[in-house]
Amino acid sequence: MAKKKDSVVMHERDLQQVSAQQRVMQGVVKAFTYLFLGVMALIVLFPFYWMIISSLKDLAEYRLNVPTLWPQKMVFYNYVEAFETADLAQLFLNTAYVGIVSTILSLVITVLSAFAFARLEFKGKDAMFAALLATMMIPGELFTITNYATINEFGWMKTFTVLIVPFLVSVFYIYLLRQNFMQVPNELYLAAKVDGCGDLKYLWKVMIPLAMPTLISITILKMMGAWNSYVWPRLVANDDAHRLITNGLRNAFTTTTGDVNYPVQMAAVAIVSAPLFLVFLFLRKYIMQGVSRSGIKG
Amino acid sequence: MVDSKHQWKAWIYLSPAIVLLLIFTVWPIINTVRIAFLEGYNALEAAYGVQFQFGLGNFIKVLQYSDFMTCLKNTMLLTVLTVPISTILALLIAVALNSIKPLQKFLQTIFFLPYVTNSIAIGMVFAAMFNIIGLSPDGMRAESWGIINNVIMFFGGEPVNWINAQSSYAANIAVMTIYIVWNALPFKILILLGGLQSINKQYYEAARVDGTPRWRVLTRITVPLLSPMLVYVVITSFIGGFKEYSSIVGIFGEKMGPVGADLKLNTMVGYIYEALPEMNYGVASAAALVLFGIILVVTLINLQVSKKRVHF
Repeated sequence: MAKKKDSVVMHERDLQQVSAQQRVMQGVVKAFTYLFLGVMALIVLFPFYWMIISSLKDLAEYRLNVPTLWPQKMVFYNYVEAFETADLAQLFLNTAYVGIVSTILSLVITVLSAFAFARLEFKGKDAMFAALLATMMIPGELFTITNYATINEFGWMKTFTVLIVPFLVSVFYIYLLRQNFMQVPNELYLAAKVDGCGDLKYLWKVMIPLAMPTLISITILKMMGAWNSYVWPRLVANDDAHRLITNGLRNAFTTTTGDVNYPVQMAAVAIVSAPLFLVFLFLRKYIMQGVSRSGIKG
Repeated sequence: MVDSKHQWKAWIYLSPAIVLLLIFTVWPIINTVRIAFLEGYNALEAAYGVQFQFGLGNFIKVLQYSDFMTCLKNTMLLTVLTVPISTILALLIAVALNSIKPLQKFLQTIFFLPYVTNSIAIGMVFAAMFNIIGLSPDGMRAESWGIINNVIMFFGGEPVNWINAQSSYAANIAVMTIYIVWNALPFKILILLGGLQSINKQYYEAARVDGTPRWRVLTRITVPLLSPMLVYVVITSFIGGFKEYSSIVGIFGEKMGPVGADLKLNTMVGYIYEALPEMNYGVASAAALVLFGIILVVTLINLQVSKKRVHF
């Protein structure tokens, strides 16, 4: 009897020991997890940090043999120089114009098409929707060649039209919004019809408010797209009057290696990045939602 | 239900989208395939009414052209390096993020930050970090080695000529790999973390009761249950890898290479864009179709491989 009790006590002690060991193990794993995440976060953030402090140094300090991790003497004239060198004001205006006009037109087209696919009945609807989705698999580079020739034919080279019109329709946005519209019960639509509410009024009063989060996601991604687009604008509208911001940045600072005035370059990069960060700060939820469903950059 | 008035209305709503898609999506597909098979198609000559023969000449020209092989090699190498590195790193970060409570949202935001950047602009920052500033005329003495080399020297290493004139191919590729991985992480972490959070907690509880070691939990529970997300991430990053272009412009500029070695790091997409202003549409179209073919084959292989392993 006593022997058995002994063994039970032993067993309990063992268990306690094991769980204490486990707790230590868990603590170590937790510590490593945080250490790993912390180091990775620092690596991710470092380029931003370097961009900002470099833009606040004067050239002599930037070129010190042993770099300073914080500006000894903070200067702001790099920003003034960056603004003038790259003519950033003009680039901002151009990009804002293209971004806003293309976003508005694109939203109108997307909403109308998504509504037709979600609510209206017409012959060949499913086949057409499938065909639209199939075009999403083809890499954009394949379109660029012929589009380049087409806009040459139209005489659209070096205009804002060429930066806006070819990309107004996004099959993916139509798809996204259609899925959203489908979730609105059909009864609502039929009831509205009975009450003599027209399609457009119904769309405006019921569907659009319900799909607002998706529409905001589309707007942000579209604006970011204009801000970050580089390849197409460089091909078709690389003149002073129509140049967009990314292109202008690359054009104004052609060299990235050798004896470069980096503080000014970093100031220009910081100015171009700032609006994106502001948008991210305030509308993070919509961006992350839109991105996780789209998987498309910009 | 389907009356003619409705049909008419639907087509009105769809008309702007259809017109634009016909001009800028459907016609390009047809036309690009057409001119890819027209021998030596050139826009200038076509404008003067020259007729072109049907044939495979453009494809042969593309494949025989040594520059194209350089582009293909660069593209393949960067893809093969960046896809596994970024996927594994993203998986580790996502698993780590998923296992913590305090600071999770904060760290998640930090890891997403590189996504909302301009790849040209931040490429310039990376160039600044890797650059050697103010090399003396004999090329022996640097005024400043740049921050990355400073860090390497701090730990007792030798400074490397990463991206300047006469830099080695390996160093160039290393810089590009680091930048592309940095750029690719946020999207992958977002998708994988989303997947992790939807895994049923009961699996992990069962593993804990059985005293399963952590490594086995990762390889036997987490990865299999996450496999659909992993396949999605791998496929999209393969496609993105084969279309690599603007990250190289960000670091090396439009010359696509270090000073004195233009086009050393050119990619397939860069090759296509180069042919355009010269009106070499035939060659460009053939190259675009080759790119499309490669992407299609790689995607199909990915799907085939994953069919055996994915746990849906």
